[in-house]
Amino acid sequence: MPSPRLKDKAVERAPRPAVERTLSFVDAVREAADLEMARDPNVVVFGLDVDDPKAIQGTTRGLLEKYGPERVFGTPLSEDAMTGAAIGMALAGLRPIHVHIRMDFLLLAMNQLLNVAAKSRYMYGGRVNVPLVVRAMIGKSWGQGAQHSQGLHGMFMNVPGIKVVAPATPYDAKGCLAAAVRDDDPVLYVEHRLLHFQKGPVPEAAYTVLPGKARITRPGDDLTLVGISYMQTECLRAAKYLEAVGVSAEVIDPIWLSPLDIDTIAESVERTGRLVVVDTAWTNCGAAAEIVAQVAERLQGVRDLRLKRMGFAPTTCPTTPPLEDLFYPNARTVAAAARDLVEDRPCGWLPAERADLQGVAFKGPF
Amino acid sequence: MNARLYRALYRVRRLEEEVARVYATDKIKSPVHLSIGQEAVSVGVCDALRPSDVVFGTYRGHALYLAKGGDLNAMVAELYGKATGCTKGKGGSMHLIDPEAGVMGMSAVVGTTIANAAGYAYAFKARRSDAVVASFFGDGASEEGVFAETLNFAVLKQLPVLFVCENNGYAIHTPQARRQGKADIRGRAEAYGLPAERLDGNDVVGLRQRTAEVVAGIRAGDGPHFFEVTTYRWREHVGPGGDYQLGYRPLAECEPWVAADPVRKLAAALPAAEREDIEAEIDREVAAAFAFAEDSPYPDAAELMTDIYKEDADAFAAAQG
Repeated sequence: MPSPRLKDKAVERAPRPAVERTLSFVDAVREAADLEMARDPNVVVFGLDVDDPKAIQGTTRGLLEKYGPERVFGTPLSEDAMTGAAIGMALAGLRPIHVHIRMDFLLLAMNQLLNVAAKSRYMYGGRVNVPLVVRAMIGKSWGQGAQHSQGLHGMFMNVPGIKVVAPATPYDAKGCLAAAVRDDDPVLYVEHRLLHFQKGPVPEAAYTVLPGKARITRPGDDLTLVGISYMQTECLRAAKYLEAVGVSAEVIDPIWLSPLDIDTIAESVERTGRLVVVDTAWTNCGAAAEIVAQVAERLQGVRDLRLKRMGFAPTTCPTTPPLEDLFYPNARTVAAAARDLVEDRPCGWLPAERADLQGVAFKGPF
Repeated sequence: MNARLYRALYRVRRLEEEVARVYATDKIKSPVHLSIGQEAVSVGVCDALRPSDVVFGTYRGHALYLAKGGDLNAMVAELYGKATGCTKGKGGSMHLIDPEAGVMGMSAVVGTTIANAAGYAYAFKARRSDAVVASFFGDGASEEGVFAETLNFAVLKQLPVLFVCENNGYAIHTPQARRQGKADIRGRAEAYGLPAERLDGNDVVGLRQRTAEVVAGIRAGDGPHFFEVTTYRWREHVGPGGDYQLGYRPLAECEPWVAADPVRKLAAALPAAEREDIEAEIDREVAAAFAFAEDSPYPDAAELMTDIYKEDADAFAAAQG
């Protein structure tokens, strides 16, 4: 299938200053919280262990010392009530950041998140704000297993009234957290444990990366790769494997999953005709399914399409490395699937692993 | 004080009797969970609160909404699903709210608002306000995990919150003894470290007095407090009528509660002329509220898609000029 070349489209990027400083994802999250707490006395940070010596991988380090135990506190092991309390604080005008070191724990708080936080503005006729941020981390590798690995963001995309953001770079980690804190609606802020190791340019001053705008992270012509959260990293690596075999992949980071910038994705697919969406979650009824469905609705009859979702294997996450490796997509399997789509046939190709494109992982033993 | 309490009690009773009467016409577009028989709990507690204090309640929240000062017209219009309702017809009877009166919300999911109340109290404390939050819920809610979790947190942080468990003995049709291995809600609250007491839900004057004492202590920094208030739901769980024909409770069980009805007892304690003046005024107010609801328009179709996010409300407001 030929690759139509349409007009050159400016690559969308949030503005960046000339002088760039390098920061880790962890420090970007910490700095965003620090700046927002300094800017607005209503911002409070709490959750299990936010004030302990490990300070949630360092993302809350120093906040207790700077802002005191009333604005930064560890909580009882009560996800349900603490989420409800966070909503009550938000109704009263505070701006809580509720931290969960694993996203799996949100399942203990779903009543408050979906029955109350997401619905309050509507069911109270627009008379209340719920400016709540829920930070939740997805774990991966070295034995995270069934209950420390889940990406549940699709469940939240399914329900109106709560926004969902999944930043993949330190720059977006800082800008999205600031935007989430300033938002008058509840925001689920999805972090991936492996992204915490990343470093990248982060301006010192406060800035926001606002809801509803995706970013083209690598321009290309032959197919569109959408990588969600950590899978953005794998997609950028996959693009390099593909480049080596003459396939030009455009990579898009949706950043915000709800509201979703389907325009940027659909415009890309209208040019490339091929779309692979890679999620750090199961594919059934998830973010990948939603993006593929919206693109198909938009472009059916407009042009010929090849579409694919990738994500967790449809099973429970195992701990043993040989099985766990098979559970996740990676740059090589994404590249292989993408090439099949471009050539419109099963190529039987899996690129040999390149040392410069290896991922990071947890290192044991804990 | 008796006249004021009677006025508040009669107002809830009269309003709900009118809701029950109108319900058969299907003009009310929301399931109703009537408070009839339980009014004194909300009235007694709220009479001791200030306008700046906040309450959270349940789907059986008409009495609480009115007792705390919620707008009557907006409530009836809400039951009718009209644009002038307190949530523009979007929440219905189970999600009444009036932020200006300190009525901060009610939930159809049992136990849910207990935690919201504690969070609101945390904000009061963080701001060095002397306002308090009163959290109303039923005996069924005391079985939810959020009840235990919230009580622990409220004690841990010494929050300015008064928990009011309206124990009417039933969760829908199931009696407390068939749901709780040890039917002692007050005792469970005490085990979490709360000062907790059991009070008579028909004694509106006593409830008012005890609340005033307790709330003064909470304002002074005494931390949270717990009331288990025994009361009785005269009518069916949801809907306007009785349900004794279902057989899950005998009519005889209700009779002592009706005999001790605080509305009737307080009425008898007032001079006849004063009582009649109060009743006439309330009757007019209730009639006017139903007329207001009848005359109000339904919301525009565009309202379906507003108030989902802040931006929708902003865009709608801009479009309305």
